[in-house]
Amino acid sequence: MSLKNTLCAATALTLVTATGAMAADPTATITIATVNNGDMIRMQGYTDQFTAETGIAVDWVTLEENVLRQRVTTDITTKGGQFDVMTIGMYETPIWGANDWLVPLNDLSAEYDVDDILPAMRNGLSHDGTLYAAPFYGESSMVMYRTDLMEAAGLDMPKDPTWQFIREAAAAMDDPANDVNGICLRGKAGWGEGGAFITVTGNSFGARWFDEDWNAQFDQPEWSDALNFYVNLMNDYGPEGYATNGFNENLSLFNQGKCGMWIDATVAASFVTGDDSTVKDSVGFALAPNAEGIEKRSNWLWAWALAIPAGTQQEAEAKTFIEWATSKAYIELVAANEGWANVPPGARTSLYENPEYLKVPFAQMTLDSINAADPNNPSVQPVPYVGIQFVAIPEYAGMATEVSQEFSAAYAGQQTVEEALEKAQAITNDTMEAAGYR
Amino acid sequence: MARMTSTRRKIITTAVAWAIGLVIFFPIFWTILTSFKTEAQAINDPPLFFNFDWTLENYISVQERSDYLRFLWNSVAIAGGSTLLGTLIAIPAAWSMAFVPSVRTKDILLWMLSTKMLPAVGVLYPISLIFVQFNLLDTKLGLIVVLMLINLPIIVWMLYTYFREIPGEILEAARMDGAKLRQELFYVLTPMAIPGIASTLLLNFILAWNEAFWTLNLTAAKAAPLTAFIASYSSPEGLFFAKLSAASTMAIAPILILGWFSQKQLVRGLTFGAVK
Amino acid sequence: MATKASRSAARIMMAPAVVLLLGWMLVPLILTLWFSFTKYLPMRGDSIERGLDWVGFDNYARFLSSSAFWPSVQTTLVMVGGVLIITLVFGILLAMLLDQPIWGQGIVRILVIAPFFVMPTVSALVWKNMMMDPVNGIFSHLWRFFGAEPIAWLQDASLTSIIMIASWQWLPFATLILLTAIQSLDSEQLEAAEIDGASPLSRFFYIVLPHLGRAITIVTLIQTIFLLSIFAEIFVTTGGAFGTRTLTFLIFQRVIDSQNIGLGSAGGVYAIILANIVAIFLMRIVGKNLD
Repeated sequence: MSLKNTLCAATALTLVTATGAMAADPTATITIATVNNGDMIRMQGYTDQFTAETGIAVDWVTLEENVLRQRVTTDITTKGGQFDVMTIGMYETPIWGANDWLVPLNDLSAEYDVDDILPAMRNGLSHDGTLYAAPFYGESSMVMYRTDLMEAAGLDMPKDPTWQFIREAAAAMDDPANDVNGICLRGKAGWGEGGAFITVTGNSFGARWFDEDWNAQFDQPEWSDALNFYVNLMNDYGPEGYATNGFNENLSLFNQGKCGMWIDATVAASFVTGDDSTVKDSVGFALAPNAEGIEKRSNWLWAWALAIPAGTQQEAEAKTFIEWATSKAYIELVAANEGWANVPPGARTSLYENPEYLKVPFAQMTLDSINAADPNNPSVQPVPYVGIQFVAIPEYAGMATEVSQEFSAAYAGQQTVEEALEKAQAITNDTMEAAGYR
Repeated sequence: MARMTSTRRKIITTAVAWAIGLVIFFPIFWTILTSFKTEAQAINDPPLFFNFDWTLENYISVQERSDYLRFLWNSVAIAGGSTLLGTLIAIPAAWSMAFVPSVRTKDILLWMLSTKMLPAVGVLYPISLIFVQFNLLDTKLGLIVVLMLINLPIIVWMLYTYFREIPGEILEAARMDGAKLRQELFYVLTPMAIPGIASTLLLNFILAWNEAFWTLNLTAAKAAPLTAFIASYSSPEGLFFAKLSAASTMAIAPILILGWFSQKQLVRGLTFGAVK
Repeated sequence: MATKASRSAARIMMAPAVVLLLGWMLVPLILTLWFSFTKYLPMRGDSIERGLDWVGFDNYARFLSSSAFWPSVQTTLVMVGGVLIITLVFGILLAMLLDQPIWGQGIVRILVIAPFFVMPTVSALVWKNMMMDPVNGIFSHLWRFFGAEPIAWLQDASLTSIIMIASWQWLPFATLILLTAIQSLDSEQLEAAEIDGASPLSRFFYIVLPHLGRAITIVTLIQTIFLLSIFAEIFVTTGGAFGTRTLTFLIFQRVIDSQNIGLGSAGGVYAIILANIVAIFLMRIVGKNLD
């Protein structure tokens, strides 16, 4: 009886799926690996339009950020050739470009208008002046705050706050009885999560990863100041369990009205003012803060960009797709269908010259934040590297993830800030020695 | 009097067993329930049990984004293929171990199990390079072979223990009648071993279905099974509890249903010869 | 009973399985061994075609001297041991309970074995988001309901949380095998002991437990093999932070995050050695039980 049932179930399952598997076979199909962020998901929705225009079908491989990175990195280093287009970031692009793993994007059509790409983005996605990836969207970071709570607290957010003011405001807005935390910030381990945030916070306190001889700088007072300030701020006014909160967790908290302030990626602005947000009508924006007397602010620079791995059989088709997805026309397509607030931001100059777009509440602040970021001079002190919330060397992702794990353990109270900094110093110097820098 | 106590005892054990069963099942129940809520209801405080408007919107939006049936078909093909292939290779091996044992049989068995101890991440590069060489990336065939090899030791062991249960006299009687080796295998042994083979197939189908390292790292679009499907829902931007629940439910439902239909079979067979 | 003919036939029939597994073991193992003695940094342009520099035991020394190594071995052992103890203890109790006459036995059994069918990625995601989330998770609601401060599980009790998740996944397997073993227990023997006045505890320790020896062995062996290489549960929940970095995860960080194939391969060799030490240890205790 039971065996028969099993066989019946298995057969039924096979039949159901077999009928589903019989899809049409298109003439040209490209495979695209991408991250499961909102803007990319939206782009996926317009695939049919692309196929109708060009006759090129698209297979999407949509993965969560960490899985994507693991997947595309393995593919590019083993020359797996699984993807015709890869979604990568500002960290990978110059390194991969230097290894000749990417197809240079130096022959894009005139209509595409490559000079329209924001200079900061173009610069960050190039190696030796050659563009290797086209930005789909770009971002910096900024302060998002609740205007209603600020008003109730009797405070006025300046356009360019300091960390001292942020602390004061967090204290004023913190309201545990009503489930409102003064401030929500990333603490989650991972070089692109909490690691990115603490690195830019360090920048704004005058700290740096390395001195000019590639010596780790975590034993310097600037890092101690930055980390202590962050930990005290979060312990006093941050949410419970902030050491495991990343972008998504904080977005969810902010949208539920549980944060007075949130300092994070500028792309979050369209989510906190979107329909999923319970506080969409009372969000204000300001530049990312700096410590008093330090010239550098804590805003980063990042782009999710589309690149073509060298060796793909379908380079022309891949290029057609990239031109389509990062074009002005695509931005207009999204604007026409879903409103200007939902277009992919931070990639093109023309977008910020469009009067329609400038009516979007966060448009100008996003552009200002992007322009305030300078990857060549991330800290007030001289550095031997390029990159703001990362150091553009191949060893960085691994060691920064380990360093941020030590920091997260300090956020969780499992070790002191000093212990975390000591371990960070050791991990970093060890890695740099292994890589032959020192 | 005795019946009274035994009834009371049965009531108590029933209550305890049900309570434990429900607690163990709760995470799955809660996921399935949440998949029918809106995102706002999914994070409602206090949590909503049945007093919400049931909706299918999460399933619809998941299906719009990814072609579920394609992933499902790949899962079925890969798990099924590797299980069948593995069983075909394992039956003769287990047969000879059970009926023509030598001093080294136990060693060979344990050696086979020890091949499972190579940590997958440690050999990701070697395997990826081999796959590139043989053009096996993103093919069902490649995954079928890898998953077959991963599970082969378990299959051999399970079959070996079932075969050993079959009394040797029957075989000898067959041999007296002049049965050839091949006939012995197909007409005498196999029918007796069917329940054991069936539960071996089941267990390995489940193991292959749930394998999440190689199936994710060696596929892209064409051969990607449900483990890759779920990787695109694990932490999207914004509120995602309900959509994650829907995707999770879709990923586990087929194997859960199959498992439930066949649980008697599985329970009966899952002994690894442990009974003696 | 085995004739010469059947012996050679047996060898032929065993050949495919043995040869395949030998290849599956040797090819990656040899490549891993080779890589472990070289400087292999693909991000710096190293590749097999260009030739890899031989560096001797540098990678082994570096992996061993890293401050992360011994804690990761310890974490691995604590995790495997923790899950084994939990699944065995609760598995035996649950098997004994399910062996009793109860109403709806079939349904209860289905409920209990269900977690075994859930793929590791999904169960990690479900536990992390639906159960252990410090704001919206069921546990936090439960804690608040009883007036307690919710626990940030994956931060303050990280290893415990992962042990909980893995135990939840493997408890059904242990229960099923132990249940079949208990069902084969001679009930007359138990009744006789009861009549002789043996207490329930001594009946358990002198009759039930020895009878389960073989089943316990098998549960231990199979679970150890699977638990040593546990990955998705850590990757999804903590990403190796808060003291949950097992040896497998450390190798993952070296190979994927740091893109240092040589160092990661050396770690892989250490992992094989550790697995074999555990295996020999297990065989010693349980080997004779397997016949």
